[in-house]
Amino acid sequence: MIELNLPVTEAQIRDLNVGDEVSLNGIMVTGRDTAHTWMIDEKPDEVRELLKGSVLYHCGPVVKHENDEWSFVAAGPTTSIREEPYQGDIIKEYGIRGVMGKGGMGGKTLQALTDHGAVYLHAVGGAATILAQSVKKVHGVIKLEEFGVPEAMWIIEVEGFKAVVTMDSKGHSLHAKIKENSEAVAKKLIGIN
Amino acid sequence: MSPHFDKATLVDAVLELIRKTSTQLPRDVIAAMEKGIANEEEGSPAKSVLSFMLKNAIEAETNSTPICQDTGTNIYFITIPVGVSMRMVEDAIIEATKLATKKTYLRPNSVDPVTGVNTGDNTGIMAPFIHFEEGDRPELKIDLALKGGGCENVSDQYKLPDTRLKAGRNLEGVYKCIVDAIHNAQGLGCAPGVVGIGIGGDRASGMIQAKKQLFRKLTDINPNPELAELESKLYTDLNTLGIGPMGFGGNTTVLSVKIGTVHRLPASFFVSISYMCWADRRHSMVMDEKGVRYD
Ligand code: SF4
Repeated sequence: MIELNLPVTEAQIRDLNVGDEVSLNGIMVTGRDTAHTWMIDEKPDEVRELLKGSVLYHCGPVVKHENDEWSFVAAGPTTSIREEPYQGDIIKEYGIRGVMGKGGMGGKTLQALTDHGAVYLHAVGGAATILAQSVKKVHGVIKLEEFGVPEAMWIIEVEGFKAVVTMDSKGHSLHAKIKENSEAVAKKLIGIN
Repeated sequence: MSPHFDKATLVDAVLELIRKTSTQLPRDVIAAMEKGIANEEEGSPAKSVLSFMLKNAIEAETNSTPICQDTGTNIYFITIPVGVSMRMVEDAIIEATKLATKKTYLRPNSVDPVTGVNTGDNTGIMAPFIHFEEGDRPELKIDLALKGGGCENVSDQYKLPDTRLKAGRNLEGVYKCIVDAIHNAQGLGCAPGVVGIGIGGDRASGMIQAKKQLFRKLTDINPNPELAELESKLYTDLNTLGIGPMGFGGNTTVLSVKIGTVHRLPASFFVSISYMCWADRRHSMVMDEKGVRYD
């Protein structure tokens, strides 16, 4: 298990390899579809400091609002591939070092990870309760009114948030490799080539 | 004589069934996950991811919170005794569903495909999905499964013969379709999955049979010896695909394979595959004159 304290340096990220298990500590930001188009279209400055060297988490949380404080109740990852058209440009623009979600991403993002020094982190789908417990504090929220709860950008402080590196900054994608291997086995079992 | 059930009692009973299903992973699924953990290499992501999933399930049960935030399509299979009103049972389920959403056992998950509006309470056209059968015993049996979108999206249906797979209209052809479907799914349905299969029928009845298979205990052995053999062969072979938990690689790609059949038309041969994620949430309740029992 590799501990990563956010924000991280480019060197720390370039050291990571596909298959590495990491535990995240520090401040990161959530963002889904609306947040991605917003960052592309308007290049907002208010998220710059937050995202620099940190992680953008593809997550639409279930949140609770009690005594004027927000907390995360369920915080599993959502499918990342929907952000494929935007992700590479956002990594470049904001100096993000990690993108986290589930299912992996495509070639354009993989190229951006190599070019700018970032990784794709895969969180465990369905582990909503435990992942929410790793969110120790909600520091704030951006565009809550306009985007709604799942799509807003939540600024969260995490401790021991577990994920696996499935795309690194050296051009390797675990998803591509697993698929290639499983295809070879499947073809053999099926009897086609 | 047919038993009498009053609606208020039934609403309470179904609400508890929903709570149990959303927050408690069935014992046989936990056992299958434990077996998976034992089969993975020490220090591998597969082993730690499986352990993490189990830990999450235990935590969810302790806190009575949903195992996964996607509480999915609510699928009911009901065996109703002679003389009990289906409409009363349906009304009770709808009421319990609304209450369960308020109590956050269920996430609001029912969207009008035309307007895009979420009803906010998990009800709507054919939502929840309820299938009735009449039984011989003086009891009401309700099976419930919560099936998320990720795993539903990787479910599939094949039509035999299939030229690409060189699959004919026989059990060998069926085998090939299933291997292909599980390879295509990779980790996207939150592997390791439970695979329900319906052979035959039309496109609808075949898929219903596939979904019905998901209610069988994972340890259950098919009474048809040929299908029992196919289930066990598929379980072994699919776990050699190397996809593993969440698609991170490993020996645990599926937890179980369950096959049912439906008589088909001479002209059609469908293979319907319903993929259920590791968060295989299903429970059942039986209600009779004496009260309610949960499995
Ligand atoms: S497929 Fe994954 S995200 Fe969807 S309900 Fe299952 S565990 Fe949850």
